[in-house]
Amino acid sequence: MAANAVNPRFMRIAAPALVGIAMLLAWHALVTVFGVPKYLVPSPVDVAQTLVADWGLLSAALLVTLRITFFAFLCATVIGTLVAFAFVQSRLVEASFFPYAILLQVTPIVAIAPLIIIWVENIQVALVLCATIVAVFPIISNTTLGLRSVNRGLADLFRMNGATRLQTLVRLRIPSAAPYFFGGLRISSGLALIGAVVAEFVAGTGGHGAGLAYQILQAGFQLNIPRLFAALFLITVAGVLLYLAMVWLTRLALGHWHESELAGES
Amino acid sequence: MNIVKDGASIGATSLAAGRAPAVELVGVAKTYPNGTRAVDPVDLAIGAGEFVTVLGPSGCGKSTLLRMIAGLAPPSVGRIRWWGEGFDAVGQPGRRLAMVFQEATLMPWSRVDRNVRLPLDLARADRAAADRAVTEALALVGLGQFAHHYPRELSGGMQMRASIARALVTRPDLLLMDEPFGALDEITRNRLDGEISDLWRRRSLTVAFVTHSIYEAVFLSTRVVVMSTRPGRIVREVAIDEPFPRTDAFRVTQSFAAHCRTLSEVLAAASGEGA
Repeated sequence: MAANAVNPRFMRIAAPALVGIAMLLAWHALVTVFGVPKYLVPSPVDVAQTLVADWGLLSAALLVTLRITFFAFLCATVIGTLVAFAFVQSRLVEASFFPYAILLQVTPIVAIAPLIIIWVENIQVALVLCATIVAVFPIISNTTLGLRSVNRGLADLFRMNGATRLQTLVRLRIPSAAPYFFGGLRISSGLALIGAVVAEFVAGTGGHGAGLAYQILQAGFQLNIPRLFAALFLITVAGVLLYLAMVWLTRLALGHWHESELAGES
Repeated sequence: MNIVKDGASIGATSLAAGRAPAVELVGVAKTYPNGTRAVDPVDLAIGAGEFVTVLGPSGCGKSTLLRMIAGLAPPSVGRIRWWGEGFDAVGQPGRRLAMVFQEATLMPWSRVDRNVRLPLDLARADRAAADRAVTEALALVGLGQFAHHYPRELSGGMQMRASIARALVTRPDLLLMDEPFGALDEITRNRLDGEISDLWRRRSLTVAFVTHSIYEAVFLSTRVVVMSTRPGRIVREVAIDEPFPRTDAFRVTQSFAAHCRTLSEVLAAASGEGA
């Protein structure tokens, strides 16, 4: 069979899976052959065993991190969209405030997280706030760009037919912005997770409401490297699932018309 | 006595014969803020029932002229009147302008029938009446079978037909077309030219059409307005006094060739002056 006759579905799912399996095998082989101790690099089997053994602890921590991620993502989406709508109402508003939106983006969250944690009494709220700051910018910039990316001919058509501001917004601007908005969501969902983990690291909160970052910190202190890897694995899986959820959501919303979702068709 | 009577009869004649033209431009010019003169002062009147084509090379300001007629760009100087009234009257019921753009400019997220329906939706038209108007407009352009397709599922020519249906759905009193078939292949373009000519006759439309194709101008028009470039101005108006309906057979007649020659000479002379 020719190489280019490979089933595209196989290519998308099986090919990366094979690469993953090969890498896990190589990892396991190297660790075993060279006799690397568990507290330096655990083998994939060790990590899997720890994942099962510590599932109670880790899954609780995962839920905490996911909850912060979810609320931060929600806040970022709502705030980012509202800010974008405000920006497109007038160039003056955008010119006045956009530099500060960039400021939000370029300030490292690790640098301001301690301040936020001091200022905001409720630690959960503080963590959500930190993660929101990280996640909000792509939504603002993408949605603003989208709301401005209206086909000129269609805009003329709306004007000629005496469309009101609201009609133009609902029937033209929002549909035009949708592909950009969903692009923003994809980036932002990952950033919300990263923001949540980073903020947890800075806060270093333990005890009842401890997230995955705290488990990683603790495992590091205790040289419980398999658990550290297991926690890391859960964060990665959560990130990938979040991304896939966004892909699915985009397809649901735009699948019937937008080019990006029609790649497979001729 | 006699003088008064004559005066009265003259007044009556001009009222009966010369209803206000669909659109009338008096000394209309457009200069952009950066000083570019897009259109030099132009006088032009388009009467009800005419098919007037504005013919000229790229950059002669013919599209700008059409945009001013559409009310999308205000003239820098001069006055435009629609049916003898100022611009505020354009939105009046039964006095509608519609425009077909260079590209089909359909909303990709809406099916063809929703696209065609848009002008009626924006005007908050009665639902049942709108349904009927959309069905009729789609049938008129031969897209009845494609009402529920998305624009991307249609060919370029079919998308343009959907765009024309959207313009016709409000039964406009003045239809503006800005090089609508410029992006299509010649065979499709000729066929659509035939269809638009047919629609113009059957629906008693008034059309202002912009093109850079001499053949298209001769085939479609009752009158051709030739523009030249830098700065854009009207150099000549040529009446195409040929009978309708015009079929493909018209394209190979001597008179068709003669009109084409006249227009290309006018264009050549004009660009000679401009250079």
